[in-house]
Amino acid sequence: MKSFTGKTLRWEWREGVIELTLNHEPANEIGTAMLDELEQFVAAFPSLSPESSACIITSNKRRGFSAGADLRELYARALPLTEKERVSGVRQFLKRVHAVLNAIDEAPFVAIAAVHGVCFGGGFELALACDIIVADQMARFAFPELRLGLIPGFGGIPRLKRDAGNGFVRDLLLTGRSVNAARAQVAGLVAQLTSEGEVLRAARSAASQITKFDSVARVAAKKFIKPIPHEELRREIDLFCELFARPAVMAALKKFVEDAGPMPYLP
Amino acid sequence: MRTLEQTTQEVLDLATKHFQLPAGSLAPEDDFFKKLGIDSLQTLELLSRLENHFAIELPDYEVQGVSDFKTLAERIQSRL
Repeated sequence: MKSFTGKTLRWEWREGVIELTLNHEPANEIGTAMLDELEQFVAAFPSLSPESSACIITSNKRRGFSAGADLRELYARALPLTEKERVSGVRQFLKRVHAVLNAIDEAPFVAIAAVHGVCFGGGFELALACDIIVADQMARFAFPELRLGLIPGFGGIPRLKRDAGNGFVRDLLLTGRSVNAARAQVAGLVAQLTSEGEVLRAARSAASQITKFDSVARVAAKKFIKPIPHEELRREIDLFCELFARPAVMAALKKFVEDAGPMPYLP
Repeated sequence: MRTLEQTTQEVLDLATKHFQLPAGSLAPEDDFFKKLGIDSLQTLELLSRLENHFAIELPDYEVQGVSDFKTLAERIQSRL
């Protein structure tokens, strides 16, 4: 399927480049609706890949790339369940997310995340599954999960460790702070920095360049340079589920969901 | 090196421009949440502007509990 328009995203193939645009109010939170459509997207890879050199993942929401997992949905769904049912449900969801992000990570085409605004939690993890992150100077990156008594569960830590020094990874994870795009570039996460509003243009320029190269060499180079940390990704799911089982997590989710003040995304 | 007064004025000027307000609308003691009606994501946008302008990193946990421009400027000054 060379083009698709869904409720939370759309994609379009043009001249060897797929453009996936996240389009889910308010800030592309990743819940079941978006996951369903991301699964449709990766299911289209066998038909898209032979004619695709690159894929740009971007957002048309003003607030940014993605604010992360849909915590309101997670809380609402978890609330009526027993602890065992909650953990089982979350494990199933994580397995599905991991399957999607692994497919993007392993895709034969080059995935480029074009990031503006907030790129937090699960949104950051989606960007990290890509091969190249291009960000505008107003982009911010964070792993705020510790604030909820959790760790990133969409593969963030193993993938972040691929790209950044461990000291920086520890700072992000253990303080939960957000960093701007310039800092993320210094840390090795962001490959290219643009001025505000220019990120999609820059991503398209990079994608166009990539279409010029031999596909066999491109696929071999990507596989060689970017191993997928499968074992660590599996362990991350186990650790997330262990932490999620604790009552403190539901209490933290409740606080986030019920916070009517201006501060929910601040630590 | 900038004085705190200079930093405070630059913070006010940047916030005025970022939120598209008339010049002189903001004062150092103003509570930016109440005055501007902004949420945390908008606060982070302002933080990005300030970090880029002053060429600093200001961890967002240092902004916790800060709600006026004068205190925000003090936090920034400590990172210059």
